[in-house]
Amino acid sequence: MPATEQSMVSTIDSTRTQTRGAEFWQGVKATFPLVVGAIPFGIIFGALAVNSGLSVAATAAMSAFVFAGSSQFVAAGLVAGGAGAFIIILTTFVVNLRHSLYSVTLAPHMKHLPQRWLVPLAFWLTDESFLVVEQRYRQPDDSPYKHWFFLGSAIFMYTNWQLCTWIGIFAGQALPDPASWGLDFALVVTFIGMLAPGLRSRPVIACVLAAGAAALLLAGLPNKLGLIVATLAGVAAGMLAERGRATP
Amino acid sequence: MMTAQEALLVAGMAAVTFLVRWPVLALVSRVSLPRPVLDGMKFIPPAVLTAIIVPAMLMPAGSLEVSITNAYLVAGVASGVIAFRTRNLLLTIVLGMALFLLWRWFW
Repeated sequence: MPATEQSMVSTIDSTRTQTRGAEFWQGVKATFPLVVGAIPFGIIFGALAVNSGLSVAATAAMSAFVFAGSSQFVAAGLVAGGAGAFIIILTTFVVNLRHSLYSVTLAPHMKHLPQRWLVPLAFWLTDESFLVVEQRYRQPDDSPYKHWFFLGSAIFMYTNWQLCTWIGIFAGQALPDPASWGLDFALVVTFIGMLAPGLRSRPVIACVLAAGAAALLLAGLPNKLGLIVATLAGVAAGMLAERGRATP
Repeated sequence: MMTAQEALLVAGMAAVTFLVRWPVLALVSRVSLPRPVLDGMKFIPPAVLTAIIVPAMLMPAGSLEVSITNAYLVAGVASGVIAFRTRNLLLTIVLGMALFLLWRWFW
């Protein structure tokens, strides 16, 4: 068992999650704090999008069919700046590239699932669900229904995102300049809460230092490309630190 | 109502996002990954989180801002300490957000 093994979400009780329904509700429960963190983010998106010139229908459709928060933000910003559809779609692709890293991580655990599971779960894959589902899959119990945990997490995140988008659409029509509300910090603090408890092993600390330094140095790259490169730098540093310890 | 251009935009964004999320999940299911890839994957969550958090805290307006008046930095560091010590995500979000809003209002 690697020393980096840790649980950032303490609400997952693996001893009691053996039925489909129990897994589903455990997924909902484990995702609750992340939903709280996503609420302001969704509201700002709705408000920002209608203020940037997108129609109400297009704003709602984006949340319903794209369902990828940070790329929706970037798209709203680009619409406000007058960018064309092709540029926005290309940017969306780059901003969402990190999801392929999530898929690579989860895929070995989901080998047995048919497409009727893989297609919706892939569509619902977000930063938040990835974080809790990855932890669930890493737990050693052999529950055959861990994908139900994923489903619970995903449906909760999705429902919340739709509701918050609509709240934001109405709030944005009433109150101008949503970007100045400062609620974008909610996402930052959520991710800090996921990350900090895990900073107890050398390889993870090495990973975080490298990713942080690279992210700062590469912040000037267009389309958040720096995010992908910094992630890979962090992974490489973590692996090197772990190898250095295994063979002193 | 949505214009045709907006419908095209949303459809395009939905398509590329799905094409990032799904194919790897569908294809990797059929091949087994080499050992180093499997070993490295556990570092993806901390690395991604850091790569999102650090620029958001240190460059909230796009340029480096290491200052006591930077609420993102001050509340971010405090939230990190709270999370590290309590391991309680919900408490971290509530306290961190409250501190952030207070700090912004105060300065």
